[in-house]
Amino acid sequence: MSEKKEEDARIGVFVCSCGSNIGGLIDVKEVAEYAKSLPNVVFTEDNLYTCSETGLAQIKNGIKEHNLNRVVVASCTPRTHEPLFRDCIKDEGLNEYLFQFVNIRDQCTWVHMKYPHEALEKAKELIQMGVAKAAKLEALENIVVDATPTAMVVGGGVAGMTAALSLANQGFETHLVEKDNQLGGKLNIINTLFPTGQDASELLESLKKRVSNNPNLTVYTSAKVKDIGGFVGNYEVEVEQNGKSIDLAIGVIVVAVGASLLTPTGKYGYDGNKRITQYELEKKLKDNAVSAKDIVMIQCVGARNDERKYCSNVCCMTALKNALLIKEKNPNTNIIILFRDLYTPGTHYEEYYRRAREAGVIFLSYKLEREPIVEENNIKVYNEYIGEEMSIPYDLLVLSTPLIANDDNKELAQLLKVPLEENKFFLEAHVKLRPMDFATDGVFICGAAKWPVDLTESITQGYAAAGRASTIISHDTIEVEGATSFLPEYNKNLCSGCEVCITVCPYKAISKNENDEIEITQVLCKGCGVCGATCTNHAIIIRHFTDEQILSEIYAFGGS
Amino acid sequence: MVKNSKSVLIIGAGIAGIQAALDLGDMGITVHLIEKNPVIGGKMAQLDKTFPTLDCSICILAPKLSECYRHPNINIYTLSEVQKIEGSIGDFTVEVLKRARYVKEDACTNCGDCAKICPVRGIPNYFDANLKNMAAVYIPFPSAVPPVHIIDKNSCVYLNYGICGLCATSCGAEAIDFTQKDEILEIEKIGAIIVAPGYGLMEDVNPLTKYGYKKCRNVVTSLEFERLICASGPLEGHLRRLSDGVDPKKIAFLQCIGSRSDRDQKYCSSICCMYCTKAAMIAYEHNNDLESYVFYIDMRAGGKGFQTFLRRGADEYNIKYIKSKISQINVDLDESPIITYEDYDTSEIKQMKVDLAVLATCIIPSQGIEKLADVLGIELNRYNFIKTDPFLPVETSMEGIFTCGCAREPMDIPRSVAEASGAAARAAEVIKGG
Repeated sequence: MSEKKEEDARIGVFVCSCGSNIGGLIDVKEVAEYAKSLPNVVFTEDNLYTCSETGLAQIKNGIKEHNLNRVVVASCTPRTHEPLFRDCIKDEGLNEYLFQFVNIRDQCTWVHMKYPHEALEKAKELIQMGVAKAAKLEALENIVVDATPTAMVVGGGVAGMTAALSLANQGFETHLVEKDNQLGGKLNIINTLFPTGQDASELLESLKKRVSNNPNLTVYTSAKVKDIGGFVGNYEVEVEQNGKSIDLAIGVIVVAVGASLLTPTGKYGYDGNKRITQYELEKKLKDNAVSAKDIVMIQCVGARNDERKYCSNVCCMTALKNALLIKEKNPNTNIIILFRDLYTPGTHYEEYYRRAREAGVIFLSYKLEREPIVEENNIKVYNEYIGEEMSIPYDLLVLSTPLIANDDNKELAQLLKVPLEENKFFLEAHVKLRPMDFATDGVFICGAAKWPVDLTESITQGYAAAGRASTIISHDTIEVEGATSFLPEYNKNLCSGCEVCITVCPYKAISKNENDEIEITQVLCKGCGVCGATCTNHAIIIRHFTDEQILSEIYAFGGS
Repeated sequence: MVKNSKSVLIIGAGIAGIQAALDLGDMGITVHLIEKNPVIGGKMAQLDKTFPTLDCSICILAPKLSECYRHPNINIYTLSEVQKIEGSIGDFTVEVLKRARYVKEDACTNCGDCAKICPVRGIPNYFDANLKNMAAVYIPFPSAVPPVHIIDKNSCVYLNYGICGLCATSCGAEAIDFTQKDEILEIEKIGAIIVAPGYGLMEDVNPLTKYGYKKCRNVVTSLEFERLICASGPLEGHLRRLSDGVDPKKIAFLQCIGSRSDRDQKYCSSICCMYCTKAAMIAYEHNNDLESYVFYIDMRAGGKGFQTFLRRGADEYNIKYIKSKISQINVDLDESPIITYEDYDTSEIKQMKVDLAVLATCIIPSQGIEKLADVLGIELNRYNFIKTDPFLPVETSMEGIFTCGCAREPMDIPRSVAEASGAAARAAEVIKGG
């Protein structure tokens, strides 16, 4: 390490135009020219897209032709592009940590869109600071650990069973943990399935059979995850079943705990008898106990309002399914569905909507501002289309309520160190491109635990989480970032043993060992730096963000 | 870990095909990724921003394109189509037609000198929805993968008349090769296949004349609008009317154009409700005086954060939502579209004149899907999307052949990505499970 430090830094600076994202506001050629004047900079260049293969080739050429030993890229954001540039310099034989990212898009041209002159000056200053830090960068090695090729799926509904089956079929030892005393989740209370109309029990039985016949799969019902220690590839999980504790060595974890049903207490006179939910209707239909002549269904009960903003995805199709089933059995039943926006996206669901209309189900829209008023035997609803209030008689009112997040999501989220979103569903790493991943490595999400989904999507997501999880346990080892915090031997005498670092570490990476010394589990550390910043004695060092490196940036900006 | 001897063939390198390829590649499985266009990335590469996070589309996609290109387990075949398939699950042999690029992939540095000197101009670039022109030698967009130019066979003077060749003389890397021929490649030992050809657009097959499209330059499709508003598009992000270059003050977004209709396609295209609001938001960010009107039948916004996104549209971006059915679009003297519609809230027939109208056109099966289905021996459904069972969502009718994304039903990006990982898992079951 010290060798690298002492050698003369030869820095190359590459300034990206990012199409017009950066180049549209500031003159990247001028910025690149300016960078030439900075200490230790021996080569600079501007690119239209530094991240394109052409741009990467330009970096590689720069390293070769100018014998660069540090590379600075001034462009978009390290969030998406740092791995790419690190790999690029690694390809050319440089240690990947001898790379410095300077964010002149997200933190400069985007936020100062109306101030081109100031943005230009800021970009130069940011590069000046980046170059100063680059000169102090040290080569680091990534940390490599072994991975256990096993998986645990939490939740034995359709998403969880699907994920577990796929992982087991790929040859991984898989453990399926279900808190209920049986597998199946919501499939147990559903009567028939849309859009095929088949019995839910058929699908459930077939899934259960495949689960019980799979030699790689172990099922734990009436079981609960009590504790999770360790890290990606090396989780130590404690599962409690019937008062007994079982320890499992797990490589990856899939969360498939599903969602809960909302009971609309106090809403539209709900009484569980004459005024029921769709799920209570399912039970009645199962028992062949629906004899009502005038049925009204209300959609979005407790959803898409100020209290619960979201659309629950499945309620429109559930209402259509139950309405069609009743109409098929008894075409003389009057069914009116009061809706706001009918949610039947795609090919087959839209077709289903048409089928319901053809079967004589009547659809009337209402607005959130004028919700229907439920009386003993009539419902008053204002119809915008005819501009009048209508009075609809009913002898059965069915309320379509949303799926809501489980009460115990928070508990599991804390064990797994993963976040929940505002409605208490689990929050994935990126809603667009990483739908099955958590930001925490080695933990994945599928099904209604993430967001209300129907059966088709639960199955797809079950497979998808299995696919993502498999990318980790298909290998014997896992490599993680070398830019972590550590307590070097020579700093141990500085540590006063105050334990503040243990308290503040959000990843539970720091503990005290048997000698009462602070120990940092390198593979758990994400390099966030909280411990280093709070350590009053400066005993903890954050690799890649050492005091010396950060101070060099500050001095470059403000003078020492 | 022992390298798997069987590989997976993926047809289509849009976001779905790319995600499936990356997942399988990361599992240590060899992937052959077949794309009929000269570059990978599909429709997502053409979008400006994505809902509901307003992430720049190419910015979040580009790292994946590069990752695919650099992945040791992924072989990319561009300008390629599957022609023949033999064998069955666990052991397919596939014949691929790879068309000549006339530029050597391993030599081209993508410097663009050839395109600068090429005397042929005015060739519409499909990537920019044909709104921007290019030379006969080109790369569809700057950060395209593979980063290699291509010669358009139909418009190249040398290939048609044997004269010119300026590109070859200007190419310092000696990458131009007029002698390249279409090749037939045979790929053996394929354990499973994933079909992800994506979707097509209605304007390709159906002139949308009743909505003024092609009659009025200020009526554009939603994909054209994406390119018009994109910083790297034909207007460099400065939205203007194509008829007179004036900044629009009032834009209408018309949903369900060709979808949910007895006259066209009966199904719902699933994504238009969300992307219209997104497009209106981006337009507003360009011009804070803008008024936007979204004409819709049912607002379909079931995904995470979607309802909040619509509220933001109404509260912060001056978007007004009109529950309605469009009848037709006429053209005013100044080429402004006049929309005739039935307002569902008042049951009246009304008209509205706007500066620009954007048609959210129906998503249709990708071009050539029938031929592909025929070659693979898989069934299509009545809408010509790939047929799947609701409870076996990534399985085609042929064992060992899986599908994902818009090839089987219109869907948004997160769902396509999820399905891709799902199809990858199913394919991995075949390869690893034996």
